[in-house]
Amino acid sequence: MSIATVLGEGGPQAATPRRTRARGHLPLLLPGLVYLTLFFVVPVGALLATSLYVPVPGGDVGQYQPALHWQNYTDALAKFWPQLVRSFGFALMATIAALLIGYPMAYVIGVRARGRRLLQGLMLVLVVAPFFTSFILRTIAWKQILADDSFVVSALHWLHLLPPGGRLTATPFAVVCGLTYNFLPFMVLPIYASLERLDARMLEAGADLYASPFTTFRTVTLPLSMPGVVGGTLLTFIPASGDYVNSSLLGNNTNTSMIGQVIDARFFKVLDYPTAAALSVVLMVAILLLVGAYVRRSGTEELL
Amino acid sequence: MTPRRRPPITDPRVRELVRAARTPRGSALSRRSFLLGTLGAAGVGALLAACGSEGEDVVGVVDRSTEERLVRWANWPIYVDQDESGASPTISAFEDLSGIRVDYAEAIEDNESFYASVQERLLAGADIGYDVVTVTDYLAARLIRLGYAQNLDRTRIPNADNLLPSLKGVDFDFGRTRSLTWQSGFAGIAWDKQAVPKGLRTVSDLWDPDLAGGVQLLSEMRDTMGLLMLEEGVDPSGTWSNDEFYQALEVMREKVSSGHVREVAGNSYADALVAGEAVAVFAWSGDITALNFEHGDRFEFAIPEAGGTLWSDNLLVPVGSTHRSNAEDLFDYYYQPEVAAQVAAWVNYITPVEGAQEAMVAIDPELAENPMIFPDDETLRRVSVFRTLEPDEDERFSNEFFAAAGL
Repeated sequence: MSIATVLGEGGPQAATPRRTRARGHLPLLLPGLVYLTLFFVVPVGALLATSLYVPVPGGDVGQYQPALHWQNYTDALAKFWPQLVRSFGFALMATIAALLIGYPMAYVIGVRARGRRLLQGLMLVLVVAPFFTSFILRTIAWKQILADDSFVVSALHWLHLLPPGGRLTATPFAVVCGLTYNFLPFMVLPIYASLERLDARMLEAGADLYASPFTTFRTVTLPLSMPGVVGGTLLTFIPASGDYVNSSLLGNNTNTSMIGQVIDARFFKVLDYPTAAALSVVLMVAILLLVGAYVRRSGTEELL
Repeated sequence: MTPRRRPPITDPRVRELVRAARTPRGSALSRRSFLLGTLGAAGVGALLAACGSEGEDVVGVVDRSTEERLVRWANWPIYVDQDESGASPTISAFEDLSGIRVDYAEAIEDNESFYASVQERLLAGADIGYDVVTVTDYLAARLIRLGYAQNLDRTRIPNADNLLPSLKGVDFDFGRTRSLTWQSGFAGIAWDKQAVPKGLRTVSDLWDPDLAGGVQLLSEMRDTMGLLMLEEGVDPSGTWSNDEFYQALEVMREKVSSGHVREVAGNSYADALVAGEAVAVFAWSGDITALNFEHGDRFEFAIPEAGGTLWSDNLLVPVGSTHRSNAEDLFDYYYQPEVAAQVAAWVNYITPVEGAQEAMVAIDPELAENPMIFPDDETLRRVSVFRTLEPDEDERFSNEFFAAAGL
């Protein structure tokens, strides 16, 4: 018996090739299913359960017991809605900024540098290279770039773009900058992937039909790269809205706090597990709804 | 100690500078102290052999110290003396003379997060992977209250009699049978001497409109709230209740929301001071001593006129540890004045060991006079220990405190 028959690859002489093939693929799926069950389904279940816990009566700090206390959700939202709204606001700003910066980068690498393999490869490496160092280190570097005595701040003072005594660190601006920078590659790479497949003859056709470069871009390039744009914005927006590294290192822990920071503080500093769990669930559901609405609107069904 | 008190240094250049500044005294293990240590531990070894102790108060946990010559110690970053290679001379000396291997881990970055990570195993009475944990007063109190700390055999730790009298009767462990102090420190106010030439005397001086945006508070509730309450005339070690706490919290909420306070954070205040971004802060004494080492006395630390807070970090043997006797040997070793002085010379915090001041003279006479390492009675009268909170208070207060800080 050959390996092909064991795996269900019956070949032309097999009686029902479609059914055997389907069954043959199940064992291949198993590791993924087990992994997801163990490390996603079970923890999410535990999270849901924890979000409804109540403190043990007369118990010590950090001791909770199972219950169905739905009020945890309303309490958490009443207290932390500003941070939740702020998170989505910051994530949205970072996504737009990353799109404005990332699209031209992807365009140059994917379309303009076409045919020059070395240059293309080099530019892609430059996009990916920051990933070779730790996320935290890169964020700390930003802290120094935006510090009060940095050349960025002194230049801005000199240009009178920043009022005297104005600063960048510990401001929302710094947090959004950090988010934009840290998630930029997630924006560039998907857009690059879709632009790279763009048929250059389409652009020629646009020019032949007397379309201005801008019209060609608007009616040909942009629509064809939409799957990349949608993918890139999702990959930027989702992690950015849950991020807490940028806001805790570049923010001031007060009026720049994002929801991830609140969840972290509730879990590890206040030991208020139910509130932390409830906020995590709210964040997950909110992202799911926002992303669902977005993908539906932008009409790229293949992503759902 | 929290990392805020002693932030781990990430910049290799800074690390180099710190080492250069500290090496001469940090690695100094005098011949005398070495000999004394050897004798002390030899005695302990003999005692150990004679006793063959069993963990008497923990059901199901057998002390295997005699078979496994090992003690696993969880401590905060940069909280023991180090030489150029990063090894600790005092730990090496202890290993040599006791034959007990020390697995030293800088495993604690934050009291509550450390507790959150081991809570389940403590509850089950299981081994948490450490035989010694170093935790701040309130967490030590909680561990003892919940029965998560083993009883120490004080007869096996004769040097613990060197414990400072003021630390002998702490409210969470009156006879010190389940905990021993590792280091203590003050929380007070600190400022940049160039930016604030006239200095600060009270907590209210930090609210000067000129300092707006340059003030930083600590995210350790007991220190920030302690200082604010003292300013309101409330002794945090006394029998205050909700009203006094919330009144002080209101001050913080107002200063935070108005933007006068730049940040409520931990370890990062030291970086912010150095960068000139924060000029007036709530700070921990040892940090400022260390910063001044590196930056030529640029900063000054003071206990506010209304008083400061005093905190301690404590050594505990968690339930489920199978090396209690080894841990006791370790404690006994570090309670020798010479060893304690060696550690204090490096970490710059208050040593809890009586006689260490005299021993310090041999290492560095100047440090022996430093009131932040060896506070006199006058200094000690001006600080108070934040009282142990009831569990429900602890929960409510920390909830409100972090919410006021924006978390």
